[in-house]
Amino acid sequence: MLTSDGVPTPRDIEKIRPPDEIRRERPLVWVECFQEIPCDPCHQACPSGAIVEFEDINDIPNVMHELCTGCGLCIASCPGLAIFVVDESEGPDQALVSMPYEMLPVPVTGQMVTLLDRSGRPAGRGEVVRVRNPKTFDRTAVVTVRIPASKVDDIRAIALPGGDVDAK
Amino acid sequence: MLTAEIIVVGAGPAGLSAAAEASHWNAGVTVFDRDATPGGQLVKQTHRFFGSRAQRAGTRGIDIIRILLDEIGERENARIVSGADVVSRYDDGVLGIAKAGHWFKAKPERLILATGAAEKTLAFPGSDLPGVYGAGAVQTLMNVHGVRPGQHVLMVGAGNIGLIVAYQLIQAGVEVVGVVEASERIGGYWVHASKIRRLKIPIFTRHTILQARGKESVEGAIIAEVGGDWAPIESTRRELSCDAICLAVGLSPLVDLMWQSGCSMSWISELGGYVPARDPSMGSDVDGVYVAGDAAGIEEASAAMMEGRIAGLSAAHSLGKVSDEQFGLRAEEIGRELANLRSGPTGEVVRRGLSKLERAPRNSQVLVEGGDSRC
Ligand SMILES: Cc1cc2nc3c(=O)[nH]c(=O)nc-3n(C[C@H](O)[C@H](O)[C@H](O)COP(=O)(O)OP(=O)(O)OC[C@H]3O[C@@H](n4cnc5c(N)ncnc54)[C@H](O)[C@@H]3O)c2cc1C
Ligand code: SF4
Ligand code: SF4
Repeated sequence: MLTSDGVPTPRDIEKIRPPDEIRRERPLVWVECFQEIPCDPCHQACPSGAIVEFEDINDIPNVMHELCTGCGLCIASCPGLAIFVVDESEGPDQALVSMPYEMLPVPVTGQMVTLLDRSGRPAGRGEVVRVRNPKTFDRTAVVTVRIPASKVDDIRAIALPGGDVDAK
Repeated sequence: MLTAEIIVVGAGPAGLSAAAEASHWNAGVTVFDRDATPGGQLVKQTHRFFGSRAQRAGTRGIDIIRILLDEIGERENARIVSGADVVSRYDDGVLGIAKAGHWFKAKPERLILATGAAEKTLAFPGSDLPGVYGAGAVQTLMNVHGVRPGQHVLMVGAGNIGLIVAYQLIQAGVEVVGVVEASERIGGYWVHASKIRRLKIPIFTRHTILQARGKESVEGAIIAEVGGDWAPIESTRRELSCDAICLAVGLSPLVDLMWQSGCSMSWISELGGYVPARDPSMGSDVDGVYVAGDAAGIEEASAAMMEGRIAGLSAAHSLGKVSDEQFGLRAEEIGRELANLRSGPTGEVVRRGLSKLERAPRNSQVLVEGGDSRC
């Protein structure tokens, strides 16, 4: 549970999952930010107005998925590393998850990595299909990995062989 | 003797913001900081900050320093003196300053105290073993000096500092064997907890550390669950293997110069310990002495920067540098943002602390609980 160990429950995820009607159409943002904290950079980062302007800085982000293009620009802006973009348009079996990555080394395209769920449990391996790390992302790389479509609710991190996280 | 319109003690986010604001209004400002480089806590904050975009949220702490220094650096009427420890303030307002083995005096017309905070610690058998660190020390070692504090670290405390430093330890290639937290809830932001959980770090809420084990240095930590009465449950004792223990159990305001100045001090646990009385413009109840940042109550860099701005503005206003009208507008603007920042559920503790402070008796240095024993 979030309050005791930081792992959101399926009910938490229910609240932020994009609407089913558009999930197969294009990549969409999952903003996994469940607590009222004073923070708003995600809104400022979105060029499409999909993360609605905060009336109060403590608001939980209000996402209009219809406006989201899945560009992923908000991912690196979030100090909580709480934003993911999930692309389920590839077909019934596969999906792509884009996630923030702040460890060294940064993975490279084509690399096979260990997929981790929200509590760090290994959940198979997946291929890195894209790595974005421009100056504007300010040292938070955005890594896109291919995962089984059945695990879109679960996979939220990766470990590289020999990387910082895998070292243990 | 050195004289200045405004002297700021402390070049953290609060002090630098005070200097930036006051110098913007053409006051002459000198900032003294005892560290070798300005920035205060920010020199080791490699993570992106929370807060409002206007207060640089989303920017890394280490980069916020540069932004503030650039703002101050443009002006001839402001300067920062590093390596200068302000050790005393006398009744006539003269400051004693130690720098590079020398001692000199300075007298400001206005004084802004933005001295930040000191880490709290925890005593348990073995807590004096090498390998038991404060979280601030761990951050300084890793992020300023590039030295790992150990290979396998146990973190004590799941507030924001414990969670963030745990994450930074992983970034530095150190294994974090777990985070123990006596309370049943994670005190820090859940997003910080989520990001270390995804990287396999266990968080043991309702647990405490009983002992650090080891001969020459830390070799393990004994932890146990705590019951409803906060007492450890003996049957749940177990050992975690680790070579370092990092204590992130809170901060307390660094207020020595405020005591010396004769500010009314009150013990407000919500704000971290003894804190000075202040009015909305961050003036203490000693004429010409202003306070800002963690030294005025433990909060966050975002709040520290706004309090610093208010203190700098007020000091400049009292020197006649800012018209009443300009002062009113600007003070209201910053004050509104600050209130907004504190308005949410995570600001509840600070709000409670500030309202207690407002009601606390003034000139109570010897009347407060525990007398004037300042430890
Ligand atoms: C791990 C960690 C993570 C954090 N993350 C965030 C975050 O994400 N967002 C956020 O808003 N805040 C965060 N904070 C809090 C933030 O760093 C502090 O609230 C902030 O630095 C307080 O600023 P300050 O200027 O009051 O004090 P400090 O930054 O502590 O600066 C005080 C300065 O005063 C100097 N000084 C003290 N006494 C004297 C003296 N007698 N003479 C001369 N110089 C003196 C010190 O050397 C120091 O440089 C974090 C803190 C930690 C430890
Ligand atoms: S993915 Fe792009 S369009 Fe969607 S919310 Fe993020 S920034 Fe906005
Ligand atoms: S930037 Fe991230 S942590 Fe901040 S409000 Fe947006 S989603 Fe939440």
